[in-house]
Amino acid sequence: MDAITLTTLLATLDATLRVSTPLILCAMAGLFSERSGIVDISLEGKMLSAAFAAGTLAAITGSPWVALLGAIIVSIGLALVHGFACITHRGDQVVSGLAINVLASGLTIVLGIAWFSQGGQTPALASEARFMPLELPLSSSIANVPVIGQFFDTVINGHNLLVYIALLAVPATWWVVYRTRFGLRLRAVGENPLAVDTTGISVSRLRYFSVMICGALCGVAGAYLAIAQNAAFSREMTAGQGYIALAAMIFGKWRPMPALLACLMFGFLDAVSIRLQGIVLPVIGEVPVQLIQALPYILTVVLLAGFIGRAIAPKAVGIPFTKER
Amino acid sequence: MSSSLNKFLKPAIIGAVTALVAATTVNAADISPAVVFDMGGKFDKSFNQGVYDGVEKFKTETGIEYREFEVTNETQREQALRRMAQRGANPVLGVGFAQAPAMEKVAKEFPDTKFTIIDAVVDLPNVQSVVFKEHEGSFLVGVLAAMASESGKVGFVGGMDIPLIRRFACGYEQGAKHANADAEVIQNMTGTTPAAWNDPGRGSELSKGQFDRGVDVIYAAAGGTGVGVYQAAKDAGKLAIGVDSNQNYLHPGTMLTSMLKRVDVAAYNAFKQAMDDTWQSGIQVLGLAEAGVGWALDEHNEGLVSADMKSAIEAVSAKIVSGDVKVHDYTSDNTCSY
Repeated sequence: MDAITLTTLLATLDATLRVSTPLILCAMAGLFSERSGIVDISLEGKMLSAAFAAGTLAAITGSPWVALLGAIIVSIGLALVHGFACITHRGDQVVSGLAINVLASGLTIVLGIAWFSQGGQTPALASEARFMPLELPLSSSIANVPVIGQFFDTVINGHNLLVYIALLAVPATWWVVYRTRFGLRLRAVGENPLAVDTTGISVSRLRYFSVMICGALCGVAGAYLAIAQNAAFSREMTAGQGYIALAAMIFGKWRPMPALLACLMFGFLDAVSIRLQGIVLPVIGEVPVQLIQALPYILTVVLLAGFIGRAIAPKAVGIPFTKER
Repeated sequence: MSSSLNKFLKPAIIGAVTALVAATTVNAADISPAVVFDMGGKFDKSFNQGVYDGVEKFKTETGIEYREFEVTNETQREQALRRMAQRGANPVLGVGFAQAPAMEKVAKEFPDTKFTIIDAVVDLPNVQSVVFKEHEGSFLVGVLAAMASESGKVGFVGGMDIPLIRRFACGYEQGAKHANADAEVIQNMTGTTPAAWNDPGRGSELSKGQFDRGVDVIYAAAGGTGVGVYQAAKDAGKLAIGVDSNQNYLHPGTMLTSMLKRVDVAAYNAFKQAMDDTWQSGIQVLGLAEAGVGWALDEHNEGLVSADMKSAIEAVSAKIVSGDVKVHDYTSDNTCSY
């Protein structure tokens, strides 16, 4: 019995990593943007457009690398549009973000139908055009070590490249934000842009740079959805994950490590909800599907109300910077 | 109106009251059919696409254009059906059980328009309801799944959790148990909202979860979500079973078969009958005996289906048609006890 439970747990953790990957990437993306003072609800739209670009390019060129690059470029392009509206023209950041989401939702379907005539889907991809699971070195040799070896073999091993990139993006984000000069300025510009401005550093330039990093990370997340996790773009395939990532980042109080944990929690609940279906639990009996599927949201409310505490946003977030009056 | 009388009257009618003709009797040349696809879209490679194939066949054969609409959210169904009827479309074909309430409303407002609904029953004098015995077709693929499985565990992924999909699951389970009394059937539903018909990512995760539990043949009755299930099966080297349309071509080599539901025939017939003036309202139930359901064997899966499996299926089919094997219908009593 114990062995079965351990295997099930490990398989669930394995699935957790798979479903958390886009959340982690988007949460880090949002962190860069919001830490610089730009509210970004367009994570969803950028990710969706990037997924479409990746699906399209992978179908045409057959190369996942070209697709990844294209996805990043498209996503950065949208990030620059957001930046142009919010930084240069000091527009409302929520409105601009919403506009990008609506645009992405409609445009991907219209272009998909026009180019491929498959109801907004892109053609299914062959294995060569996708990022396929990798076998890590050493994995098979330590697979027999109880618990640790099994953990490594089942949970850490056998994901595609983008999953590892997402996991590495977290310490990288931490390092950039807390240990580099750029990071110091980034945080400062989100708290008190006027002070940054008086030292002679361009607020606009810093913010543009931040939204571009945000775009690049969303691009990777989109590519993951279309050419790594699935084998084609299908319409609305982001299914609100951009918003969940935004929530996870706020859960994590705009810090990389706590945000990672929040993403993993959402991912874990999702993975559990998939695996708990139809399993008969002791005492309770078979758990109703509806309850299982509501579980992530119920827990979110409970955690948010009881355990997270006050989340303090960067002071200048959402406020356009006016250099002089 | 009989055809001879029709022929006799035709010149007079055309000369005099053309407008009236359009509203009441429909002649061979002047029907203007319309189809309202459901969520999932006409290229879902499954249920809606079957209907699309049927109406396209009608178009190429007769040269009659049809109007179409793809519903993308729940509120559009009623609007779409009403707009079609208002613009003079006749017959109006509604696709999917979810359109039943909308069609019931609209069909009452347009008593002179012919409506056909696939997968649901609307009891009105101007509505033709076409339903299928999916449990019989699912029984057959269940037999195949249990015979192809090495682990004795077979999986099922449904779309939205509704009685109709439970009927697929129940038939499948009976078939698997018929072929192998010890077979274990693991069932999952994708969701409880219509979005569950179009969520390949979740379909793929559900399949991986089932594979981890030892499943090696998986049957998806989940519209567009199934695409993710078949992809996951291909990636893991497991077998998958398609649904509604023949989906064997999607991944030759890992698609064991497809449960065929001849929605294409139903769609084609609805238009064709309206054209030939043989359209009748009422309920049509298409099962194995009427060739309304079945299983797919073509060049893409012939390597996977052994002669034993083929003969077993043929034997079971004959028994179902003759009534020796009774397949329990989940929707008859909302339980899967048989």
